[in-house]
Amino acid sequence: MARASVVEARNLDLTFQTSDGPIHALKGVDLDIAKGEFVSFIGPSGCGKTTFLRVVAGLEHPTGGEISVNGMTPDEARRQRAYGYVFQAAGLYPWRTIAGNVRLPLEIMSYSRADMGERVARVLELVDLSGFEKKFPWQLSGGMQQRASIARALAFDADILLMDEPFGALDEIVRDHLNEQLLSLWDRTAKTIGFVTHSIPEAVYLSTRIVVMSPRPGRITDVIESTLPKERPLDIRDTPEFLAIAHRVREGLRAGHAYDD
Amino acid sequence: MTRVLPIATVLAVLFVLWYAGAVWMNSKWTLAQAERQGVELSFSEIVADTMRQDRPRLPPPHQVAVELKKTVIDKKVTSKRSLVFHGWITLSATLMGFALGTVTGILMAVSIVYSRVMNMSLMPWAIISQTIPIVAIAPMIILVLSLMGVEERAVPKAIISAYLCYFPVLVGMVKGLRSPDAMQLDLLNTYGASGWASFWKLRFPSSVPYLFTSLKIGIAAALVGTIVGELPTGAKRGLGARILIGDQFGNPIMIWSALIAAACLAGALVSIVAVLQGVTMKRMGFAR
Repeated sequence: MARASVVEARNLDLTFQTSDGPIHALKGVDLDIAKGEFVSFIGPSGCGKTTFLRVVAGLEHPTGGEISVNGMTPDEARRQRAYGYVFQAAGLYPWRTIAGNVRLPLEIMSYSRADMGERVARVLELVDLSGFEKKFPWQLSGGMQQRASIARALAFDADILLMDEPFGALDEIVRDHLNEQLLSLWDRTAKTIGFVTHSIPEAVYLSTRIVVMSPRPGRITDVIESTLPKERPLDIRDTPEFLAIAHRVREGLRAGHAYDD
Repeated sequence: MTRVLPIATVLAVLFVLWYAGAVWMNSKWTLAQAERQGVELSFSEIVADTMRQDRPRLPPPHQVAVELKKTVIDKKVTSKRSLVFHGWITLSATLMGFALGTVTGILMAVSIVYSRVMNMSLMPWAIISQTIPIVAIAPMIILVLSLMGVEERAVPKAIISAYLCYFPVLVGMVKGLRSPDAMQLDLLNTYGASGWASFWKLRFPSSVPYLFTSLKIGIAAALVGTIVGELPTGAKRGLGARILIGDQFGNPIMIWSALIAAACLAGALVSIVAVLQGVTMKRMGFAR
């Protein structure tokens, strides 16, 4: 399958200079993400998974190596509106309604008024929030707020969706539900998704590829191609195939000394 | 309406203390008079006398109330003896000072938040400005303005008022404009938002709750500033002038009625800002 690479990282280094000395957030990271892939990044705190996502988004700049997004630098890709970013907290503006929040990137990117209305309605439908346009964020549950923030990231047709532990703050039940919804959303929109998580089941359930990372210095220790079918009901998590992948992820984490401290 | 009872209780306590203070302070004069005339007064006679002196040290509330009725309701508002007239003089200068101070405070806050140089150079001076007693600078401001040929009495008062008023606005707005967290700023970054957009879409709306809190302090400070500005200027009009004249002519009832009028004015101004705050917060969806 010869699919175009959306993200290409070559020997990527990122060192933060702190008062305690340099911190190697990323060291020698090589990774290609193909169009339409769902790639999860898993590893303990400080393994550089979030940093990698931020480098892809142009929010951090590497101190060595090369990275391209859609064949451009991350900053150029950002100006081309190549990606939507979903953070751990929904970060909705309390003074804007749900529709107003989803409209925010469209306003900044100067879409026409008619286009805005249509897009807002479409993405709210996509995350199953139709009818909540006029509600304020505090009137919604945490899970619904996070769905609204996903809608906001989808509103301007970015091909790449970068998600930094988007469901990390939610409870297990809501999380399962959102995982299911996210898969169906990915299926319908054919986006390329980069997904940072702490949870092994979440990574295995969602991904076509799982990147296992370990800290000090932040690096990739294993890349696992998922053998699971594209159609994934929640109870796929009880199949031997699923458990085998989860086991390999755990082994990868152990090999990277993720459990040492 | 659950707030009525505690407020009424506090007011009642204040009235009791006020009357007790009036009896205690005014009784000295009563006793001195009685001694001079060689008469013994009973306690109830002393108390009765302290309630109706012409020049009491501390006028009891009912005397102030009578004076207020005379100068607020009975006098024509154009009269030089009407407190409404003097109140308006003070109010108009206060509003000018408030507007000037608020705009100055907001502009300074924006420059401090966006410029490191301004942050390091302006902020210490802003703090120092508030440590200088306003009565020390007020005459200088008046002198400089009159040398510059500014005839209008209200202008120096408004500037003194703004001098007190800008600071809470500055401090509140710096905090408010800095209140968006790194994640929210990153989010705007991912949209490639301009500084202009991030100010109007994020920083300014985030600062609105802080702004209103500051405005409530600011408008009260502006009124204090105006009244202080009326004291050393030899002004003949305004609540501050009434306080000064009352003091010079040994008329405490006049001082106290001007004080009460100023307090009511301050209360009204703060309440108006509070109502605006409530309406705005509700419309912005902050209210729950």
